[in-house]
Amino acid sequence: MSDDTKQGLQSAFRRKLLMGIAAIPALTVLPRPSFAQAPATSAINTTGLAVTDTEVTVGILHSATGTMAISETGSIEAEKLAIEQINAAGGILGRKIKFIQEDGASDWPTFAEKAKKLLVNDKVAAIMGCWTSASRKAVLPVVEQYNGMLYYPTFYEGLEQSKNVIYTGQEATQQILAGLNWIAKEKGAKSFFFVGSDYIWPRTSNKIARKHVENVLKGKVVGEEYYPLGNTQFNSVINKIKLTKPDVIFTDVVGGSNVAFYKQLKAAGIDLSKQPLLTISVTEDEIDGIGGENIAGAYACMKYFQSLDNPNNKAFVPAFKKMWGEKTVIGDVTQAAYLGPWLWKLTVEKAGSFDVDKIAAASPGVEFKGAPEGYVRIHENHHLWSKTRVGRAKLDGQFELIYETADLVEPDPFPKGYQ
Amino acid sequence: MIDNPRFANRSELIGILVLAVLLVVILPLCLDVFRLNLVAKYLTYAFVALGLVICWGYGGILSLGQGVFFGLGGYCMAMFLKLEASSPENTKIQSTPGIPDFMDWNQITQLPFFWKPFHSLSFTIAAVILVPAFFAFIIGAAMFKRRVGGTYFAIITQAVAAILTILIVGQQGYTGGINGMTDLRTLKGWDIRPDHAKVVLYFFEVACLFGCIFIAQFIRHSKLGRILVAMREKEDRVRFSGYSVANFKIFAFCIAAIFAAIGGAMFALNVGFMSPSFVGIVPSIEMVIYTAVGGRLSILGAIYGTLLVNFAKTSLSESFPELWLFGLGGLFIAVVLAFPNGLAGIWGDYIQPQLNRLMPSGKSGSGPKAGWHDSSVADGAPAE
Repeated sequence: MSDDTKQGLQSAFRRKLLMGIAAIPALTVLPRPSFAQAPATSAINTTGLAVTDTEVTVGILHSATGTMAISETGSIEAEKLAIEQINAAGGILGRKIKFIQEDGASDWPTFAEKAKKLLVNDKVAAIMGCWTSASRKAVLPVVEQYNGMLYYPTFYEGLEQSKNVIYTGQEATQQILAGLNWIAKEKGAKSFFFVGSDYIWPRTSNKIARKHVENVLKGKVVGEEYYPLGNTQFNSVINKIKLTKPDVIFTDVVGGSNVAFYKQLKAAGIDLSKQPLLTISVTEDEIDGIGGENIAGAYACMKYFQSLDNPNNKAFVPAFKKMWGEKTVIGDVTQAAYLGPWLWKLTVEKAGSFDVDKIAAASPGVEFKGAPEGYVRIHENHHLWSKTRVGRAKLDGQFELIYETADLVEPDPFPKGYQ
Repeated sequence: MIDNPRFANRSELIGILVLAVLLVVILPLCLDVFRLNLVAKYLTYAFVALGLVICWGYGGILSLGQGVFFGLGGYCMAMFLKLEASSPENTKIQSTPGIPDFMDWNQITQLPFFWKPFHSLSFTIAAVILVPAFFAFIIGAAMFKRRVGGTYFAIITQAVAAILTILIVGQQGYTGGINGMTDLRTLKGWDIRPDHAKVVLYFFEVACLFGCIFIAQFIRHSKLGRILVAMREKEDRVRFSGYSVANFKIFAFCIAAIFAAIGGAMFALNVGFMSPSFVGIVPSIEMVIYTAVGGRLSILGAIYGTLLVNFAKTSLSESFPELWLFGLGGLFIAVVLAFPNGLAGIWGDYIQPQLNRLMPSGKSGSGPKAGWHDSSVADGAPAE
C-alpha cells in the first residue's frame, strides 16, 4: 500500500486515518506468518508471501465452470497431482505446499479478479493457471503489477515474454515449424489449406505457418478460413477443401467446434488416412469428445502424447490415473500443467528463496529431468526448450508417435521473418 | 404521490442519504482496497441497472441489449487508455511501435482513422456519452416510430447485442477481438493501477453514480416521468391524448443507454480492461437480472440489487469454486418467485410498514406506503 503524500497534507492525513481505521477489522485476518516469523522463513521470504515455517501457499486458477471447464479440468488435476507428489517427497525447502483454488469461470475479467485476489489477499507464492490466451492477457497486467509468478501451461501464439510468467507450453514456432517441415518432406506436400477458430492464437499460428510454407518450404496456401468460437457448421469450408484439393489440411480449430468439424469431414467423404491433415489443436482430451473413429489417421503436432514411451511417462500416466480415475486421458496441456509446480519447486531450491524477483532471475537454466515429455530446460526468455513431436490419431483415441525432433527446439516468442 | 416535489420527497431523500453514507463512509472504512475495487466494479453495473429502472421500470421498455451500450462506453474509454498505454516507448518490441499491441499482432501497420480522435480525452468523454446515445436513438427511432414494442423490441435488442459481439470478435485487428483491450495503464499520465488511484477512482465513480441518481430522480418526479408511467400502463390513451409516444420512448431508451455507457467507461477505468464478454446477450440479461432482483420500480433498489447479486457471485465463487453457479441460480429463482418486486418490494411490503408501526409519527411524513423504494408501487401495480 502506498502512503506517499503527493497530494495535499490534509488529504494525506485523511487517507492515513482512513487506512488506519480500515485496518482494524483486518487485524484478525492478517496472515499469521507476519507474527510468527522464524529466522528461516524470514530469510527465504522477504516480501511477505504466504510462507510459514511448515507451509507455502500457491494458487490454482483455472475454469472449473463454463465452456472452458472441459479443457482446463485436466490442468487442474495435473497441478494437484504434482503438488501432492512434491509434498510426498518432502515439499519445498522443508515446507509443504498448500493450494487455494479459484474459478476463472471461462470469463476473462473474472480471471483477472481472482488473480488479484490470490496475490493481494492470499499472498500466494506462485499461481498455476490460465488456459486461453484471453485469460492470460487479462491476468498478465495483474501479475506484473503485484509482482506474482504465473506458470502458464498452454501452447500459445508467442509474441509475449514477461519476467513474471513461465510458459511451460510451446510457443507457436516450436509447435508448428518442425511439424510442417516433417509433413512437407514425408508427404511431399506443396499446397496447404488453413482452417482455424477466429481469435488470436489460430490467426498468429497461421500467419507463422503461412510464412514458413511460402518462404521456406516454397509451397502454397490455397485457402485460409476462420470460424467463430463454438461454430458447428463447417460444410462450406469442407466444400472448398474438396474443390482446392490441398496436399495438407492444416487446422487450429479449438474446443467443441472440433467435434462438428471432424464429423462433418468424415460425412463429406474425406478419408483422413488418404488426405493428410495436420492439427495443432487436438490432443487426447479433444479426441474424447470427437470420437477416435472420426479422426483416426489425422496427424497432430504436439510436444507430448500420453503414449510416449519413456520411463518418466511410464510413472506419470499410472500415477495420474490412480488419482483421477482409469478413464481420464492426458493431453499435451495437462502434461505442461504438471510441469508448473515441479519447475517452480526446482527454481525455488536453486534460488534458495520464495521471493518472486529471485525466482524470476533463477529460472533460466533450470532443468527438469523427470518431465513426462522428457528432459526440459527453461530458456532465458522464460519459455521451455522442448521437442516437437508428430503423432497419428488411432481409433482408440490415443496417438502413435510418428516423428520427433532429434534435439530440443529453442523457444522463439518473437520470431524474426515470421511477423 | 399527492405532493409532487420537483426532485424527491422526504423519505426518498433519507434513502439517498443512507446510500451515500454506505458508499462514501461505511464501505471505504470497512473494506481493504482490493474489496473496495470490487465494489467499484459492481457499481459500474449499477449505472446500467439505474438506466433500466427508467427504461423498463417506468417506461415499460424491456431492453435485453444494455450490454451494447455498456460496451460502447467502455470501448470508447478503453481506446483512449489503450492509446496512452501504447506510446512508442512502451511498445518498442513491436514491428510497428506506437500502435496498440493487438494491432501489431494482426499485421496492421498504422493507426486506423477512427482511432485517431481518441488521443484526446475531451473527445473521448464526449464519445462515451454521444456514441451510445446516437446508437440508441437510431435503434429507438427505427423501432418505436414503427410502433415495435414489447417482446419484439426485447428480441431485437438481443440481436443487436449478438451482432455487436460478432463484429468486435471478428474485427480483432481494430478491436482486440475476443481478448479485448487489456493492460490499460494511465489516464493523462496518472497511473490508474496502484491502490491509491483505485480509491480515488472509487470516489469519483460514486460521485458520478449520485449524479445519475439525481437525474433519474428528477426525471421520475417531472411531468415526463408521469408520462412514462402512463405510457407503460396504457399506451394508446397517452397517444390519443396527443403525446408522441415514440419520442418519449426514444428519450427513455437514450437515457438508459447513456447511463449504461457511463458505467462501461467507469468499468474500463476501474478494472483496466474491456472485452466483448460484456457486450453479448448473457451479460445483457445479467444486467436485467440485477434490476429485477433490486426491484425494477425502484431507483435505489436497483443499486442495492446490483451490489447484492455481484457480492453473492464473488463470495459464492470463492467459497465453492465448482458449485457456485447453482447457488446463484437458486438465489435468482427464489427472488423472482417469492418477491416479484425485488428487494424494494420486500422493503415496501414488509419492513417499511413495521417501521411505521414502531414509529408512528416518526420519519415518514408523506404517507403510509411511501418508502425509499418508490411510491409508484403505491400508484399502481406494474403492467406486466
